[in-house]
Amino acid sequence: MATVATAERTTPVRGPAARRRSWPVWRWAILLIAAVYFGIPLYAGLKFAGFKAFTQVTSYPQFGSAFALSLRLALIATVLTLVLMVPTTVYVHLRLPRIRRAMEAITILPIVIPPIVLIIGVLKVAPGFLISTPDLLGLEYVILAMPFAYRSLDSGLRSFDVKTLVEASNSLGAGWPTTLWRVVIPNLRTAILSATVLTVALVLGEYTMASLDNFQTFPVWIVNFEQNSGNVSVAASLLALFVTWLLLMLIVTLGSRTARRRGGAEVTLFSVGTRQITPTVGEAE
Amino acid sequence: MTMNAAAGTEAGGSVQSAAGTGAGAPVVLDSLSRSFGAVRALDGLSLNIAPGELVALLGPSGCGKTTALRIVAGFEYADSGKVTVDGRDVSPVPAAKRDMGMVFQSYSLFPNMTALDNVAFGLRMRKIGAGERTKRATALLDMVGLAPQARQYPHQLSGGQQQRVALARALAIEPRVLLLDEPLSALDAKVRLQLREQIRTLQQRLGTTTLFVTHDQEEALSMADRVGVMKDGRLEQIAAPSELYSTPATAFVAEFVGTMSRIPGNYSGGDEVTVFGRDVPVHGEHASVSAGEVDVLVRPEGLTVEAVAGGNGIVTDRTFLGSLTRLSVLLSGDIAVKVDKTSTAATELLPGTSVQVSIPGTEPVLIAERA
Repeated sequence: MATVATAERTTPVRGPAARRRSWPVWRWAILLIAAVYFGIPLYAGLKFAGFKAFTQVTSYPQFGSAFALSLRLALIATVLTLVLMVPTTVYVHLRLPRIRRAMEAITILPIVIPPIVLIIGVLKVAPGFLISTPDLLGLEYVILAMPFAYRSLDSGLRSFDVKTLVEASNSLGAGWPTTLWRVVIPNLRTAILSATVLTVALVLGEYTMASLDNFQTFPVWIVNFEQNSGNVSVAASLLALFVTWLLLMLIVTLGSRTARRRGGAEVTLFSVGTRQITPTVGEAE
Repeated sequence: MTMNAAAGTEAGGSVQSAAGTGAGAPVVLDSLSRSFGAVRALDGLSLNIAPGELVALLGPSGCGKTTALRIVAGFEYADSGKVTVDGRDVSPVPAAKRDMGMVFQSYSLFPNMTALDNVAFGLRMRKIGAGERTKRATALLDMVGLAPQARQYPHQLSGGQQQRVALARALAIEPRVLLLDEPLSALDAKVRLQLREQIRTLQQRLGTTTLFVTHDQEEALSMADRVGVMKDGRLEQIAAPSELYSTPATAFVAEFVGTMSRIPGNYSGGDEVTVFGRDVPVHGEHASVSAGEVDVLVRPEGLTVEAVAGGNGIVTDRTFLGSLTRLSVLLSGDIAVKVDKTSTAATELLPGTSVQVSIPGTEPVLIAERA
């Protein structure tokens, strides 16, 4: 008996409790590494820019117009992306599930094709009245946002039984537009918010395309202005980072609040959790 | 059934007022065929459903029963054939305009809406005012016993509750036809039994023509006015549950519905087969069965068994079923049969007992080619 008791005491515990205890250590370690990796450059930037630069940045010429242009482009790109991608992704899920792999491959192309090629492509097909306007850049951003938006929406559609919900809606007398508006989109809210978050973040930080197209968006203004005043330029970069971050957190918080109330998935920047369709309450009958 | 009738009488008035008059329409499936690639899901399926009748389509997976239901609902199209409701061909009518209520196998409540909003959805699509909508949806939820859960979202309801809300939602539009696509299969046994009785009660009270698809024979036999057994996209037989059980038309139906044993017999053509040395009348389709050695299909209650030393079989197992005990008997030639005997008379028939199995010969039997 004594031997058994000793063996019991010395045998390492491998149950869920042990895993719960060991996980936080890794989490903290990863968090610490990430904090150091991202925090040090930010701290260095803050130190270099100094407080005064933050108060001066908004008064510099073309700051307002560049920032406004970036916001406008974010709005255009987000609206167009959602208008194009939501019905397309839903249609693929419902009617053409076999081409989902092909869609994944197609939507990844904007990441692997160099921006200059994309720009030339867009210029070839864009209507004349758009060529010289900044809205053209909005169209280019739609292409750029496609991989991220598609993955968010695809993941969202896989988190609930869209086919059954659509058929249930149809059987109750709802046509396609009503079904899309009242049934699919509300249940895709989390994925749509994720797609929005990613598109906004992408547009507010994009430099290459805007620069090649000769439009002074906020990132382009920062780079241009760096030649005049280094510390103000860094302050502007940090300001842009914080504003973008606040905007994203606002979208995530609002999305998560609604999703939680309705039993939906948590809104995250890069994924959509599985919606809990199965009952959570015991049988009451 | 007594419970059903009682519940129906009590609930009758409120049910009628909540879901309207619900006059069922006659439904005809006329020579429906549908293929998916090389797979022929439906092969000329024809079926007439009378107004207010509940017909269950029963069959193994892949027999085409769900395809038939989805064609009636308008979610699939038939390669050939048509569906008529009240004499009108609905084949070109989209699902949204067919006025058919449907309850799905998987939970199909809209997760973004409360139970009340789910039930009211169909009414909203019919442009019924908010006040009337809420009143009718509340009455329907009350009808399925879920009025207190009206403001809860689907994720806050149990599986059984969700299916009851789905039933109320389907009935809210006062459908001319109610389609049930294995609505109970995701539920546990107890809830399934309760909901089964509730669906039957409501259907009978409302008189809604109902097509019910299931692979559970007990469900089909206990709920339906008629049961259609399907195989390879065709109806093998459609009949009242008792008829289907007692006089199955084919060996497939016989073996799919209830328990059936195969016993060697000798068939010399005509309407009789010799089994256990006795001539027994034959029913069902046997024109195609060749004369010679055949299998005789007999239900456990169609055989008799007595303890006899040196008999033709040995008891191998016994299952207590209440008033009856089902005995597994191994006949000579390694033939396993099931025989029912009253539990009081079966006390001596323990495993290992030598028994004599025989057939009374009064009831007609089904024959099939030797398996």
